[in-house]
Amino acid sequence: MAIEVSKVNKAFGATPVLRNVSVDVSSGSLTALLGPSGGGKSTLLRVIAGLEKPDTGSVVISGVDATNMAPQHRNVGFVFQHYAAFKHMTVFGNVAFGLEVRKRPKRELRKRVKELLELVHLEQFADRYPAQLSGGQRQRMALARALAVEPQVLLLDEPFGALDAQVRKELRTWLRRLHDEVHVTTVFVTHDQEEAIEVADTIVVLANGEVIQAGSPHDVYENPVNPFVMRFLGPVTNINGHLVRPHDLELTTTPQPGSTQAIVSRILRLGFEVRVEMIIDGHDAWAQATRGTAQRLNLKEGTTIYVRPAAEAKLLPVHAA
Amino acid sequence: MARHGLRIAALTYLFFLLVLPVALIMWRTFEHGLAPFVEALTSPSALHAFKVTLIVAAWAVVANTIFGVGVAILLVRHEFPGKRLLNALIDLPLAVSPVVVGLALILVYGRFAPAGGWLEDIGIQVIFSIPGMVLATIFVSLPLVVRAVAPVLEELGDEQEQASLTLGANRWVTFRRITLPGIRSALTYGVILCLARALGEYGAVAVVSGRLVDETQTITLFVEERFQNFDQQAAFAAATALAMIAVVTLLVTKLVTPKDAS
Repeated sequence: MAIEVSKVNKAFGATPVLRNVSVDVSSGSLTALLGPSGGGKSTLLRVIAGLEKPDTGSVVISGVDATNMAPQHRNVGFVFQHYAAFKHMTVFGNVAFGLEVRKRPKRELRKRVKELLELVHLEQFADRYPAQLSGGQRQRMALARALAVEPQVLLLDEPFGALDAQVRKELRTWLRRLHDEVHVTTVFVTHDQEEAIEVADTIVVLANGEVIQAGSPHDVYENPVNPFVMRFLGPVTNINGHLVRPHDLELTTTPQPGSTQAIVSRILRLGFEVRVEMIIDGHDAWAQATRGTAQRLNLKEGTTIYVRPAAEAKLLPVHAA
Repeated sequence: MARHGLRIAALTYLFFLLVLPVALIMWRTFEHGLAPFVEALTSPSALHAFKVTLIVAAWAVVANTIFGVGVAILLVRHEFPGKRLLNALIDLPLAVSPVVVGLALILVYGRFAPAGGWLEDIGIQVIFSIPGMVLATIFVSLPLVVRAVAPVLEELGDEQEQASLTLGANRWVTFRRITLPGIRSALTYGVILCLARALGEYGAVAVVSGRLVDETQTITLFVEERFQNFDQQAAFAAATALAMIAVVTLLVTKLVTPKDAS
C-alpha cells in the first residue's frame, strides 16, 4: 500500500470534519476522493500531505508512519485548486524550486526541469511568469513542480475546479494519460462524479466526514451501498418507493409482469437520447430511452405506458439506511 | 465658479499652513548663501546630534522590522488566545502621547525603579542615555511595520507557503524564498515610514534623554535647544536638513508603493 490512513478523526473547533476515516491507496493507483463540498475530502488530502494534523489516527506513507512528520519531510507532491504558483518566479523557477531546495547539481536540475516542462507541454514558456499564463497552463506548471521532486504520492486538491468546462475536460483526459506514463500513486479530490468515473481507477465516496463506500468506478456506480451514493454517482428516479437508474427502465404499451402504469407528461429529445417524463400515482418519475424506442412506442404527452425495471437493474429502497 | 472657489480655498489653506512656513525656513537658512548652512551643520554639536539620531533611528528600525514582520505573521497566520488583545495593543502607541510614553519609561527604567535599578547595578544606564532613547523611539514607531505588512500578508494567503513546504523547503527557507519576496514592497514601505518617524521623533525622546548637549541630544532636540539659545542660524539649518530628509523619504515611499498594486 502506498498510503494507509487509519481511524483518522479531525475536528475544527467543535465541528467534526473527519470521523474515523480509514482509506487504503494501493501503489500506482489513481484514486478519487469523491463527495459533496464540506464532506471532508480536502481535509483528508491535507492530512495525508501533513498540512493538517489529525486529532487521532495514523497516516502511513510507503510503509513509514508519517502521522507526526512535517510536510517537508513526507516527499509528497501537492497541487492546489488555485495553483499556488510562486508569483515572483518564472515557470522554470517554479518547477526548479523543489530541486534547488534539495541542492541538486545545476546541470542535473536544468535537465530535469526541461524534461518536466516537455511532459506538461510548457517548454516554450520557461521564462514567463505565472501571471502571463492561462489557468490551464498554470495548473500544468503546478503539476510539473510537484512531480519534479519525484514524490512517493501525488495529491491533487480539486485540480480542475477553477478552470472552465472545456479546459477541464481536456486536462482530465491528459491527467489520465500522464498517470499512465508516470505511474506515480495519485489521489485527487473532486465533487464531480463524472470526473471521478472518467479518470480514477478507484473511487472513495466521502460524506459528512465518513467514508461511505470505496471501490472501482464500475462497482460504485452499479452497486451503491445506499441511496445517497446512488444519487451522487448518477441520475436516479423513484419507481414505487425504489431508486433505479432511468436507463434501466423498460417501457411498454401493454402491462407486463411487474410493471406499473404511468402517464407520459413530457417528452424531451436530447440528441440520440429521449427523456420520458411521467406521472405514476401522482408522483413524478422519468426514464431514459433511445430515439428508436420512443418512435416504436409512439410516445406522446398523455399516453398511458407501463414501466418496469430491467432484469439486471439495481434497485434500492428509497429509505434504506 | 464653485470649482475655482474650492481650488483657491484649498491652495490658500496649504499656502499658509505648509508652503509659507517651510519656504520661510528655507529662506532664512539660505539667506546668506550656502556657507553658513554648511558651517552650522558641521559644528561638533550638530554632527554629534546627527550621529545620535542615526544610532537611535537605526536600532529602532532594526528592532521594529524584526518585531513587525514577526507580529504580522503571528496575527495573520496563527490563531491563539489573546490575539485580539495583541492586535489592539499594537495600535496603542498611535493613541498615547509621546510625552506619556517617555514618562512611563522613566517609571519602569529610571534609576529608582526596580527594573532600572537592577540594570544600573549591572552597568546599563537606560534613562538619560541611548538605550532609553532607542526604547522610546521603538515604542512610538511600533505599529508602522506591522500595519504595512499584515494586510499584504493576508492577501498573499498561505497556499504558496504550503506549496513550498510540500516541495521540501523548511520554514526558514519558505519564509526567505516565498514569504519575504511576497511582502517586499510593503515591508520597504513600512521600514521607510518607521525610519521617518524615528528620525523626527521629539516628545518621547525629549523626556527620556535628559537633553544632555553633546551626549543625548538628537537633531530634533538640537533644533529646539539652538532656537531657545537664540542661535537661529543653526536651528534653521538643522530644521531644513530634517525637512529635506523627510521630503526624500516621502519621494522614496512614492516610488515604492505603486509596485504593491501590480
